[in-house]
Amino acid sequence: MSEEKLVFDRADALVDVPTHYCPGCQHGVAQRLAGELLTEMGLTENTLLVTSIGCSVFLYNYLNVDSVEAPHGRAPAVATGVKRARADKFVLSYQGDGDLASIGMAEIMHCANRGENVSIIFVNNTVYGMTGGQMAPTTLVGQKTTTSPAGRNASKEGLPIRMSEIIGQLGGTAYSARVAVNNVKNIRKAKKAMKKAFEVQQKELGFGFIEVLATCPTNWRMDALKANERIEEELIPYFPLGVHKDVTAEVED
Amino acid sequence: MTKTGEKLFIKGNEAISRGAIAAGLKCYFGYPITPQNDIPEYMSAALPAAGGEFVQAESEVAAANMLIGAAACGVRSMTSSSSPGISLKQEAISYLAGSELPTVIVNMNRGGPGLGDIGPSQGDYFQSVKGGGHGDYRTLVLAPGTCQEAYDLVIQAFDLAFKYRNPVMILGDAILGQMKEPVITWTPEATDESEGKGWRIVGAKDRPGRILKSLHLSEGALAKHNLMLKNKYEDMASFTQKEEYQTEDADLIIVAYGSIGRIVKSTIKKLRNEGHKVGLFRPITLYPFPSDDLKKLAEQGKKFLTIEHNLGQMVEDVRLSIRTIADSEFFGFYPGNLPTPDDFEEPILKALGGK
Ligand SMILES: Cc1ncc(C[n+]2csc(CCOP(=O)(O)OP(=O)(O)O)c2C)c(N)n1
Ligand code: SF4
Repeated sequence: MSEEKLVFDRADALVDVPTHYCPGCQHGVAQRLAGELLTEMGLTENTLLVTSIGCSVFLYNYLNVDSVEAPHGRAPAVATGVKRARADKFVLSYQGDGDLASIGMAEIMHCANRGENVSIIFVNNTVYGMTGGQMAPTTLVGQKTTTSPAGRNASKEGLPIRMSEIIGQLGGTAYSARVAVNNVKNIRKAKKAMKKAFEVQQKELGFGFIEVLATCPTNWRMDALKANERIEEELIPYFPLGVHKDVTAEVED
Repeated sequence: MTKTGEKLFIKGNEAISRGAIAAGLKCYFGYPITPQNDIPEYMSAALPAAGGEFVQAESEVAAANMLIGAAACGVRSMTSSSSPGISLKQEAISYLAGSELPTVIVNMNRGGPGLGDIGPSQGDYFQSVKGGGHGDYRTLVLAPGTCQEAYDLVIQAFDLAFKYRNPVMILGDAILGQMKEPVITWTPEATDESEGKGWRIVGAKDRPGRILKSLHLSEGALAKHNLMLKNKYEDMASFTQKEEYQTEDADLIIVAYGSIGRIVKSTIKKLRNEGHKVGLFRPITLYPFPSDDLKKLAEQGKKFLTIEHNLGQMVEDVRLSIRTIADSEFFGFYPGNLPTPDDFEEPILKALGGK
């Protein structure tokens, strides 16, 4: 009998419980990457997590770290308070697109602009998930949601907001990138980028921002595979993947 | 050890700032609004010098949410604002109360509703003592009447916040914030380094992660949480403070708080010299309200007149306190004007005469 070798395991930072996410939802992938990184980088015991509102709020049940819950959109302000009180801790926050780009637009812009040494993972699924699929600031033109039943109309509702480009423009931002988790290659890249965002905080270089394009099969009214295809066909063309700011590139040159 | 400091001639706003720093304030988050700008201005220089953090937030909303973060870490944190700014902070205050996070919030009440004016007023009484934000919760509310009291109460506010794991509000107004008086500073015993031990977030070492939250979705969980909060608020009721001035032989008790309480005291002194038997009951804790002490006076057969710088708010709590025995008349000095002791003579004499 050949000896069995364990090649893949649950990261320590991840709690061993089933998650509440819908089948095919990529919140789970993004959170798993964060958990793996906290474990690999030895950050678990040093991390203070700020959770937000939306399907992401239950992250505090899935990561084995100390956490505090923020009101809708205000996670960057809460994270600022945490970091100012405990500059020695690793401060992580995780927000959806309604949370970050709509009600919390002021808080995210100013947190980034102040160059707070915190890391924010931004899950862009182009829709309000938890409340039942209403239009988000990132909803694509023509995309049908429960509050844009005829499809988003740019002349009335504006164009979808590209957050990582905007955040990349701000002086306090040390790292801003957009990634996707729709295939193995992109997942690997996403983890690398997330690691960069965590490292700039460790080096106290400023604000770290990772936008993760993710599926919401339930509110997109698609099965998991179709939803994953939509990432490649519709989301990535409008929200191109890539790094929008990386101050370490300048430092290392 | 308690250390007595210097005698200073300072504004109420500065007394609050100095008291907070003496109490071991670590993080201040604010946003400019008149008439409390002296507080963020003072803090911006003095707090970093004392080893703390000052942030001028992008809004009152953000400032109050920064408090959530700092308070969750178990450090002494504070914000200050004035009426319209306090309205914006209410969302976070509800979360602070729901998540049981200790912090101090200063409201230098100005005239409203809406943009109103920047003059003194007591129009935020309801908002302060009845909750203000959404849901069932209370904040402890302390209402200083002098600059010295402002200094002393802000120190006490931090202890109460940690004792009850609850936000504590200092409710002043533009008179208190802007007037200058002698204040004797003092520093409390070294604040307990273990504050917040057992609940604060510090990193999950050798134990499961802690969650500070106000979300309770499973069946019965929120009811349990609300019952716990109710018991806590009942516990707070044992802690009340008030000033009584010449109440023993008085026929008429004037109930007034903060700056108005102090102005009324001058009126009472004058009327006493003229032989009128008037006394003052000045609640210092507005929540919990010193109902039992007021009721004792009612049992002695006294009459009551509540005077406020608003259209009638605290008078509801006065009436609730004495309702089984007596009633209280009300005189409201409308926000938008600045009262002097003379303004209260006529209504007091009228209430006295009505005996
Ligand atoms: C002040 C306030 N307004 C509205 C809500 C209701 N609400 C809960 S989740 C949510 C949308 C979240 O959407 P998003 O950030 O895109 O997260 P997702 O659920 O898609 O992960 C809203 C509007 C709230 N909780 N608080
Ligand atoms: S509603 Fe959408 S975002 Fe929320 S768990 Fe389901 S798939 Fe994920």
